[in-house]
Amino acid sequence: MKDPRIWGLKKSPWVYHLAAAPCNNCDIEILELLTPRYDVERFGVVLVGSPRHADALLVTGVLNRKSLPRVLEVYEQTPKPCLVIGVGTCACGKQIFRNSYNVVGPYDKYMPVHAYIPGCPPKPETMILGVVKALAKL
Amino acid sequence: MTLTGWQLAFAFVVFPGVIFTAGVGLLLTWVDRFVSARVQWRKGPPVYQPFADMLKLLLKQTVVPAGASKVTFLIAPLIGFTAMCITAVLLFYVNFFPGDSFVGDMIVLVYLFALPPLATIIGASASRNPLSAVGASREMTLYLGYELPFLLALSVPVILTGGKIRLGDLVMFQQAAGPFLASWSGAIAAIIVLICIQAKLGYPPFDMAEAEQEIMSGVLIEYSGAPLAMFRLTKAMMLFLLPCFLVTVFWGGLTNWWVVLKLLAVVVLVILIKNTNPRFKIDHALRFFWFILGALGIVAVILAFAQL
Repeated sequence: MKDPRIWGLKKSPWVYHLAAAPCNNCDIEILELLTPRYDVERFGVVLVGSPRHADALLVTGVLNRKSLPRVLEVYEQTPKPCLVIGVGTCACGKQIFRNSYNVVGPYDKYMPVHAYIPGCPPKPETMILGVVKALAKL
Repeated sequence: MTLTGWQLAFAFVVFPGVIFTAGVGLLLTWVDRFVSARVQWRKGPPVYQPFADMLKLLLKQTVVPAGASKVTFLIAPLIGFTAMCITAVLLFYVNFFPGDSFVGDMIVLVYLFALPPLATIIGASASRNPLSAVGASREMTLYLGYELPFLLALSVPVILTGGKIRLGDLVMFQQAAGPFLASWSGAIAAIIVLICIQAKLGYPPFDMAEAEQEIMSGVLIEYSGAPLAMFRLTKAMMLFLLPCFLVTVFWGGLTNWWVVLKLLAVVVLVILIKNTNPRFKIDHALRFFWFILGALGIVAVILAFAQL
């Protein structure tokens, strides 16, 4: 309540879905989260088409050499303050790709990450819980 | 009655200018989101949601893309916003003092309603993004499309009253002889104007300039923070003012409290059309406006000459 910017961010977090080389499993669950069944618009969450409009980036997938510059570019294009939320086990750690030559490491080596949501894929309820925890931390 | 000094400032800033129109417009965007939610069988956002969105956007960082024309990029949202503020004052003035408007105020309003799409086109072209350029070209084509049936439909009440082009005269005529909506030509013209409102607001089925799925919110793609808030506020004000215009011209004017229900009915109709129609392709939209609605408009004009 002290900072109106934080209040606005909490009351209307618009999300941009940033798929950084995922297997599409988490992405389908994110789309499921945005369907009328879960109705996240109750909390002001809207899916936007451009990172310029976004307040939260939902990143999915293991960060690799090819996707890192693109992810960083989208992060820089997003106006601040913005949240970064890693969705899925791949985003949380390197998992089965940990020995790959191509994997460059976790997201928080390159940008501030506010929440990691585990699961392969995480259920929509888990994602709501993760976002709520990330917002409560602000 | 002539407004002077402080009265004029009050009219432009508080009622019926910026604050009143923006507040009601934002409330109507909540109605839009709520009705859409109910159509999709879900609960929908709380009432303060549009205001929270606005506050957040106004306080967020504004990014000007590299290589964009900075001044044009930042001034464009203000053009549409200013036009809507003037429209609000003019529209309510002719309704409150119908005997006191000037000749041709209807034409002035048509031009003022043309400014927000123009502002979007200018802003999108200034933002140096291929997708927003695509959006701008679609917005231009759409504008060329809907303006013809819009003007044809608006000429119907003028013909019915025997050449009265002052909005105040139209309002007084309707108070004496009943709304134009009751005549055949008036009803057809009102339907045409309703569909043109849909296109002016950029709602589905005419949202190809902002198509989120194909060109990622097109014309607005590079906008962030306060300029984006201005664009959304302009659109919210249009959501209030365009139905007001429709009711003024065709449905008896803003004369008593029933008008609140009339406005809500028009807005809900617009929202239901929005929720039940898929997007047109731009060439289909142009063909629809020119050859179907244009033909309907000519029929309405002929009927109006026959005083039907």
